[in-house]
Amino acid sequence: MITNSVATTPCEQPYHDRSQPPPPNPMLIQDASRPGRRAAAQSPSPPTTLPDLPERFRRRRSPALPEVSELQAVRHYTRLSQKNFSIDTQFYPLGSCTMKYNPRACHALAMLPGFLARHPLAPDAHGQGLLACLYELQEIFKEVTGMPAVSLAPAAGAQGEFAGVAMIRAYHQARGDTARTQILVPDAAHGTNPASAVMCGFEVREIPTGADGDVDIAALRERVGPQTAGIMLTNPSTVGVFERGIDAIAATVHEAGGLLYYDGANLNAILGKVRPGDMGFDVIHMNLHKTFSTPHGGGGPGAGPVGVSRRLEPYLPVPIVERTEQGYRWLTERERPTSIGRLTAFGGNIGILLRAYVYARMLGREGMPRVAEYATLNANYLFKRLTEAGFEAAYPRRRASHEFIVTLRREAKELGVTAMDFAKRLLDYGFHAPTTYFPLLVPECLLIEPTETETKEELDGFVEALIKIRDEARTQPELVREAPHSLPVRRLDDVRAARRLDLAWRPTSNDGES
Amino acid sequence: MPFIPHTEADTADMLATIGVATLDDLFDEIPAGLRAGALDGIPPGLPEMDIARLMQARARADGQPICFVGAGAYDHHIPAAVWQIAARGEFYSAYTPYQAEASQGTLQLLFEFQSMMTALTGLAVSNASLYDGASGLAEALLMAVRANRGVTARRILVPRALHPAYRRTLTTLVASQGIELIPIAFDAATGQTPLAAVEEAAGGEPFAALVLPQPNFFGVLEEVDALTDWAQAQGALVVGVVNPVTLARLAPPGDWGTSGADIACGDVQPLGIPLASGGPYAGFLCCRQDLVRQMPGRLVGRTLDLDGRPGFSLTLQAREQHIRRAKATSNICTNQGLLVTAATIHLALLGQAGLARVADACRANTARLVDRLGEIPGIAPLFNGPTFHEQALRLPVPAAPLLQDLIADGILGGYDLGLEYPELGSAILVCATEVRTADEIDEYAARLRRLIEARGTPT
Repeated sequence: MITNSVATTPCEQPYHDRSQPPPPNPMLIQDASRPGRRAAAQSPSPPTTLPDLPERFRRRRSPALPEVSELQAVRHYTRLSQKNFSIDTQFYPLGSCTMKYNPRACHALAMLPGFLARHPLAPDAHGQGLLACLYELQEIFKEVTGMPAVSLAPAAGAQGEFAGVAMIRAYHQARGDTARTQILVPDAAHGTNPASAVMCGFEVREIPTGADGDVDIAALRERVGPQTAGIMLTNPSTVGVFERGIDAIAATVHEAGGLLYYDGANLNAILGKVRPGDMGFDVIHMNLHKTFSTPHGGGGPGAGPVGVSRRLEPYLPVPIVERTEQGYRWLTERERPTSIGRLTAFGGNIGILLRAYVYARMLGREGMPRVAEYATLNANYLFKRLTEAGFEAAYPRRRASHEFIVTLRREAKELGVTAMDFAKRLLDYGFHAPTTYFPLLVPECLLIEPTETETKEELDGFVEALIKIRDEARTQPELVREAPHSLPVRRLDDVRAARRLDLAWRPTSNDGES
Repeated sequence: MPFIPHTEADTADMLATIGVATLDDLFDEIPAGLRAGALDGIPPGLPEMDIARLMQARARADGQPICFVGAGAYDHHIPAAVWQIAARGEFYSAYTPYQAEASQGTLQLLFEFQSMMTALTGLAVSNASLYDGASGLAEALLMAVRANRGVTARRILVPRALHPAYRRTLTTLVASQGIELIPIAFDAATGQTPLAAVEEAAGGEPFAALVLPQPNFFGVLEEVDALTDWAQAQGALVVGVVNPVTLARLAPPGDWGTSGADIACGDVQPLGIPLASGGPYAGFLCCRQDLVRQMPGRLVGRTLDLDGRPGFSLTLQAREQHIRRAKATSNICTNQGLLVTAATIHLALLGQAGLARVADACRANTARLVDRLGEIPGIAPLFNGPTFHEQALRLPVPAAPLLQDLIADGILGGYDLGLEYPELGSAILVCATEVRTADEIDEYAARLRRLIEARGTPT
């Protein structure tokens, strides 16, 4: 078997050797500041004349921003970057986040000067190249989701959810159907689902998940009724299986007059293989930073385009790109008065949409189903190898989708080593940890999503690492409980962080403020 | 197969390990009737070389007119180092720093960002970003309604002199929670939001918060001290909407009035983020220390590790949707980390002196622009209130066709105020940032003069 070279040499990450004294305190850029130092090339010459600014509007003390040289800033942030795990440097099997390779071309081509320089209020005539890309992206999304209309406006998945639920609300209100006050959400759903429903003014009613991982349809039938505005579903679900009863769920909710919302967090699993529109969904959001490979950026930006059925089309958020005989143009509130409105000041995360467009064009019609096929192949391969190695699957009789859950409840009980401990020890082996303790209904769980862009060798190395960690848990459990050992910091005191809040550097009398 | 590393042998081995014959067998739990057909509406895949050619042609086609528009998005110089570092794979391809030990780079950077924003706004706490300035203001208002326990009325006063796109975004995002947004008129002479108009909008009834843009959408400076004191005396919270570049010179929200604004928000776009047709940008949100538990979005705190060394982690996560679900302060999850990375590096490179120089240069250039354009018969400032780095101008001829002719000459000449404020007649909002040269400003004035003269006598 080929093993991962990193995994065979644990604790040799190039950070620091624990036998050596710890490195100095992390120096903040603010700590490096010296009064009067500047990156002089980065500021314009002082103007010769300056209009008067009345005294009452003036700032009395300069803001305490760092005063450093250009090299100091460059070195500081380059070094900070080296303290991160990332897709470019490590396998990052973070379940539900689809941490696949972010092609460099997507970044380079979205950052072309012509795209970057365009002001958001420039006329459409000076954005025909951009608008052509966005229009075609709308068309690609229609085809791959099976939804007849699309808006690219939402800035992230959660904003897509908000938009989707707001459209459901607008639809019922337009029909005078105002008694529908509840949104149904499975208990395994992402936290954003109930939070988005509440932001749209709905009550949330939870639906339990059955022992086989599917939604408990009997419980759904009990909870659905004339008060139901809709249901929010992720399929494949957050427990990593395809919702086999989707037809029955759709029929049940539709018969009660509710609509179906598709959370596209797990679209990577079925891209080009099954279309949410064909499953009966009325509205869907996609997470472009997942399925369409745009960067996660240390926590965003994302983009959460929405697709809808014909009955929700009038309510789509603006702006939307239209093609006419004269060219492309933005449609705004003026042209679409029944829209739920705009979600950000301008057109959403357009640079992210451009990256997704480049990615979608590189994949093409034949590349999309391959994404789902190989993401599913990698997940099922890892699933099989881990269960053969004696790890317990949460849903052993189910086919994994693009992700799956391992529960370490036995290890936690017998060895006193938890899923968190395994996760932290994996960092020492050079792997980012899977998602831990989500979904909440599976104890001591690791939600593992390898994505299609990883090699078999990388997956094998990950299996070897988990096996070794389990061996360590048996023979030297402290090593695992106290992991990580080879990173810039050891485990951090989160309780202290919350109790003794320290959320910003503050200048002392000698610093900065002048 | 783009980006998929599997050889045929790999695939065969892996299928054999799983115990299935084909890739398609992996989808055997999906009802057969649901399987998609070929995606004929999507073109075949392109190699990088071909998509690069297409994108380059499209980017070139969009041209690069000389920009004299601000109106919420500003054309500033961005140091080369900003995006070279922000785009390093270790920042670009990392995710939310839930595994703190493996994310100290992002976490420390976010802590530095929070520190910079608190320094700029004069408030105690900053979060780690929201989507943009407009949606950030919506979050700030939801926060203000939650935090203001003394006022149960879900009414918020919003100046008409607030950016129109921000007002529209507020309607989308907060109206469904039963919050009433009450418009406040502006003074037709000064362009300011006068106290009398605020009082009139309040109508003698309690309100939860007052929104105060500084400068406002017309570029005019509001009398924030008096308005803050009055609103707080009524039991309302004050939410400032500010541009971080102007804060190098303008009194920060934390210094407004007797006790300072309660919340400040805005867009970090002017700090190292390209115009890029409107996004991605990033919103910021700062507040008083005692409001921190009502804050939406991520917060990074400094703490200690097992060895007692300082380190950084996400904190107060019990506010957030992944813990609190339906009771969270917001549904926000993914935010704008990469843009915050750029903004933090940008601020470190400028420092307090550099940012002040940028602000001064913008003011000087806009003043020059207003002087030059004001020499054209019929053009004059629309308002007489004090301004910072944007100015509303009255035109002697209709604005829209004039702006169209200017863009044909490669000049983005201003924002047509008549689109959102028809009562202002023919008027535009202009801005000349530090990147505009004297020659560009003079050229704009010369062309505008010719275009207006060609249209005949000023009205």
